[in-house]
Amino acid sequence: MNVFQFIVQNRGEVVGLTLEHLWMVAASTLLAVVIGLPLGVLITRWPRLNKPVLGSANIIQTIPSLALFGFLLPVPWIGARAERLAIVALTLYALLPLIRNTYAGIKGVDASVLEAGRAMGMTNRQLLFQVELPLALGVIIAGVRVATVISVGVATIAAAIGAGGLGEYIFRGIGMVNNQLILAGAIPAALLALLADVSLGWVEKRLSPS
Amino acid sequence: MNGAAIEFRNVSYAFSPGHELLTGLNLQVQRGDTLVLLGRSGSGKTTTLKLINHLVAPTQGEVHVEGRATTAWDPIRLRRGIGYVIQDAGLFPHFTVERNIGLVPTIEEWPAERIRRRVADLLSLVGLDAGLARRYPRELSGGQRQRVGVARALAADPPILLMDEPFGAIDAITRAELQREFLSLQKRLQKTVVFVTHDLREALLLGTRIALMETGRLVATLAPREFVGSGDPLIKQYLDAFGAAPLASADRGIA
Repeated sequence: MNVFQFIVQNRGEVVGLTLEHLWMVAASTLLAVVIGLPLGVLITRWPRLNKPVLGSANIIQTIPSLALFGFLLPVPWIGARAERLAIVALTLYALLPLIRNTYAGIKGVDASVLEAGRAMGMTNRQLLFQVELPLALGVIIAGVRVATVISVGVATIAAAIGAGGLGEYIFRGIGMVNNQLILAGAIPAALLALLADVSLGWVEKRLSPS
Repeated sequence: MNGAAIEFRNVSYAFSPGHELLTGLNLQVQRGDTLVLLGRSGSGKTTTLKLINHLVAPTQGEVHVEGRATTAWDPIRLRRGIGYVIQDAGLFPHFTVERNIGLVPTIEEWPAERIRRRVADLLSLVGLDAGLARRYPRELSGGQRQRVGVARALAADPPILLMDEPFGAIDAITRAELQREFLSLQKRLQKTVVFVTHDLREALLLGTRIALMETGRLVATLAPREFVGSGDPLIKQYLDAFGAAPLASADRGIA
């Protein structure tokens, strides 16, 4: 039996695991946007916070994912449910590209455009929402894209702590030394990553100002 | 209305302690005047301009706009009453021409229909085709962008206009055209204009008064005719650098 026959025969389970996978990625990316975007804006306003914030996000990225899952296991509330823990870990990973790209996108806005806006009597809030964020949007979406693609990959490891997702097949396949089973998890995960990359790339292009 | 529209009272500005960019500036701009700040790069012209709309605050002394110190104004209100035009126009690349011009009326919450009419009027005032309203700045030529910049600055009909080398990055022919239009526009609108340039010819052509600046100090404030006839060595140096041509500009008939 080849991989495709396996997938077709077990389509119910494959779709279920894919949805679990997608849910983990979507929830964590959304959380990372909600947390990372304001943090990125914050460090453009208070440059002193730049190093500590970006530094922390950087350090989190260097922690091997399996170890991060392990570290979070004893944390109260977070460690109580595997899926919750996975989403928290994925969010932590997605923070760096989001903070960094928000910061870079805003910093990249042409100084003369900002000066003109300020000189015409725009308030800081108007400058942020009408000028800086719209002009940084393309770069911010690029950050979301990177974060999403990374998340799709890392989420496969979440199966190791019982959070489900397509990693389920991969770990089962490793345990049973069954390549078909590994591929049954790996191929849909790769397709998911590609899909996310292409669709967010399209959004990025559409929303870039020039 | 009496009194100067803009007045500098012994103003100094230091970027950081010990780095003075402006020293002891005393200067008045009368209503309806076009004061040209002339000087080489780093002479403090742009800083002087930014002190007027409180983009920078004086380290010492006071700048008065309409009889009130800039530090006593709400900066947002102050700036909405002062038009600002810069080199390369500083247009918002993600806004259409229409939205760029209508920016101040929009944040001042004018009704949409009034903004639309105002934008149409301004487009024709600065000599642009109404069809350009829906274009983006990147789809315009440099000269067109600069016209949009002027229209944007005039949108809420501010009594004061600040212009920082507005025609600096534009080819010579278009620049001459824009300068002519500026003169005819100014004749009609009678704004109080402060205009920064390093081009003596432009200064003599557009200014009703010329303030020559050198290393953060005001050398002299003179009418164009007086400027050309001045015996001041620094002014002479300027006149020599530009040759004889400027003399003709000064003779365009304003007293």
